[in-house]
Amino acid sequence: MKFDNYMILEFPSRSTNEAFARSAVACFAAQMDPTLEELGDIRTAVSEAVTNCIVHAYPNEIGNITLRCRILKDNVLDIVIKDKGVGITDVEQARRPSFTTGGAERSGMGFTIMESFMTNFEVSSASGKGTTVHMRRKLQRRK
Amino acid sequence: MHFTSFLENGKLTIALTGEIDHHCAKAYIQIIASKIEAYMPEVCVLDFQDVTFVDSSGIAVVINALRNMSQIEGKLLLSGISPQPMRVFRASGIDKLVEIREAVS
Repeated sequence: MKFDNYMILEFPSRSTNEAFARSAVACFAAQMDPTLEELGDIRTAVSEAVTNCIVHAYPNEIGNITLRCRILKDNVLDIVIKDKGVGITDVEQARRPSFTTGGAERSGMGFTIMESFMTNFEVSSASGKGTTVHMRRKLQRRK
Repeated sequence: MHFTSFLENGKLTIALTGEIDHHCAKAYIQIIASKIEAYMPEVCVLDFQDVTFVDSSGIAVVINALRNMSQIEGKLLLSGISPQPMRVFRASGIDKLVEIREAVS
């Protein structure tokens, strides 16, 4: 078996689900015995990715968001967050700090935070088809 | 949503609570702006003591408060920041724009 455990969630792009999604991932990750800092980083990265789906992928409609978490060997948490929304035309531009097409309540720091808080971070997107964020965090084994 | 705030010698302290994400950021921004507008303080302290989570929407809350305070030529301070919000503020570089006092652990 390639992985020890997994979970898949699907929920509509309502902003109340931002808190639900990050809490669900934190509960799942708890079995890996993370430190408070690791758990905080994971919650923050998930919150950013799900918020992006809600704000950008489905700007004028409610669509589906799928979240999959797996525990890989060597204590790695693998997270995939996927939408079937509008997609990102220029991923490089979107990843730049302080670039945002959101309103005043956005800061343009979402991608920067995901990149700096996770061990691996990848975005793939096709205009009109959706966006997939794939991130991994290696957790330190506590002695 | 309701935040306790008090004014003392031109210093307005606003005690924020809960988790600051995109879902509630707009409300936080509006409440802070209206309190600053009402009291016109020389110094505004955003107290994060009872804030348990912050994502990049929290940065927008701080940037908006900073804007509100610079319009009246006042100063913004952040206090009681626990480790999770502090990591977000550091990653965004906002700790270089605003004076931050971390929570005493």
